[in-house]
Amino acid sequence: MDIQERNKKYIEYVELVSPKASWGKSLFNAFLIGGGICVFGQMCADILRYFLPMTDNVTISAWSSMMIITIAIFLTAFGVFDNIARFAGAGTIVPITGFANSIASCAIEFKKEGLIFGLGAKMFFVAGPVIVNGVAFSMIAGVIYWIITLL
Amino acid sequence: MLWASIWMYCKVFLVGGAICLLGQVLVIKTKITTGRILVIFLMIGAVLGSFGLYNYLVEWAGAGATVPISGFGNSLVQGSIKAVKIYGLFGALAGGLMATAGGIAISIGLSYLVAFFASSKTKKN
Repeated sequence: MDIQERNKKYIEYVELVSPKASWGKSLFNAFLIGGGICVFGQMCADILRYFLPMTDNVTISAWSSMMIITIAIFLTAFGVFDNIARFAGAGTIVPITGFANSIASCAIEFKKEGLIFGLGAKMFFVAGPVIVNGVAFSMIAGVIYWIITLL
Repeated sequence: MLWASIWMYCKVFLVGGAICLLGQVLVIKTKITTGRILVIFLMIGAVLGSFGLYNYLVEWAGAGATVPISGFGNSLVQGSIKAVKIYGLFGALAGGLMATAGGIAISIGLSYLVAFFASSKTKKN
């Protein structure tokens, strides 16, 4: 059988078998859970601001995202996160929970391939590109800004 | 005071939800994978942040703008720009990671610890 014909048949089969997600419902779920995670982050920030009134906003928001990351990693470890993610779609991927979950789930999954090249390397299978792109872009932006300040 | 904070939470919910909704539209339209969504939203945040536009959203919506991954991209770029003012060229190289080091370190460290105790039981179903 021709390979392109086979691929076409396979894609048709996948389309047939994969569940038909209704547009409105999945968008609503993503909006609800994503907004809920952000509201939780704001609650963490407000509680921190109450106890540490002298801290600046950048540190407060860093602390609140670290709290969300901690919760997301523990939920991943207990296997609860996947159930929420199936319901919410991008509602859990786009907030920082998606980043934390991608590191934790890869770490748990590749642990059996060894500590160095299994856990240590493949932990960044999904999160690696995020860190690489972000750091490279921030370095370029910083150097351009430095050149502008020199002029 | 009470109404101000309720309005603030509404803004957080709306902006955070809207960013996730945009992600969900991308998922449905293009069947894109998790890694690509994360990188796309990070780069949107980083580009907006490098022109200082994302900070307006952060001031307006608080955690609604900082909790999505675009806020992570914004704090990378803003950290790098702020550090240039203090350390010069060294700040341009180190500032981005300095600003986000807490989040990255806790993700890596806690995942490493958790991986010893958790098993990949979610794969079964």
